[in-house]
Amino acid sequence: MSLVFYVLAALTLAGGLAAVLLKNLVHCALALTLAFAGLALLYLELDAQFAGFAQILVYIGAVAILVVFAILLTRGSETPTAGGIFSHTWLAGLAIAAAVFAVLGWAVLQTAPLLPGAAPAPTVTVLQIGSALMGRYVLPLEIVALLLTAALIGAVIVAMHEKEGAK
Amino acid sequence: MTPLAGYLLVAALLFAIGLAGALTRRNAILVLIGIELMLNAANLNLIAFWRYGPHPEALTGMMFAIFSIAVAAAEAAVGLGLVISIHRHAHTADVDQMNRMKG
Repeated sequence: MSLVFYVLAALTLAGGLAAVLLKNLVHCALALTLAFAGLALLYLELDAQFAGFAQILVYIGAVAILVVFAILLTRGSETPTAGGIFSHTWLAGLAIAAAVFAVLGWAVLQTAPLLPGAAPAPTVTVLQIGSALMGRYVLPLEIVALLLTAALIGAVIVAMHEKEGAK
Repeated sequence: MTPLAGYLLVAALLFAIGLAGALTRRNAILVLIGIELMLNAANLNLIAFWRYGPHPEALTGMMFAIFSIAVAAAEAAVGLGLVISIHRHAHTADVDQMNRMKG
């Protein structure tokens, strides 16, 4: 376990915690971007360069911007701070999350001695990824293309402004 | 502790943080942010298993993570579109007040 891993893990978890705990929604979006960046760096640390850069492009470049746009478009109706930022069933939610983490952590620690140890870094070039995408994974790739097109059209239709009286 | 166990623990913690955010926040956008964090935690697991698994040259885990990133992007776009649509109809993004279908 290297120092880099601990620093990146702390960065990612701090970003994630801030994203769900902060009061100002714009601050939440910025903390979410920090968590995404930490995850991208963790992917690079795991020698998955392609996934790391895809994470930066898709999450920091697109999803974070989408979140900021949605926050700005739904602004003005922010609930008055009476009642707080947490739902009134927050205790149950926190208990469920803690229970899930307890089960996951227990499972990881139980199987930790059986997990494979340090392995030599795999050498995967973008050429190999490209030929895998065009060869073995070409059907999933086409389905993802269809899904993205459907999501694009669907998001526009769902969020489109309906005129008064128009069908 | 092996490196893989460390990554798995970080992913479990990130998943729990996202789940707690999705279950406890009142704003619908924050619920979506929690879901994004959970999806990212799953991706971290996939990449970690790919890196320390027996056959990294088969690229299975990394391809799974890349497709998962693409599906998560589609989910984010549709989810935020839905939030904007609900906000236009109900003039609120508070999930506690979206109780029109409550029995």
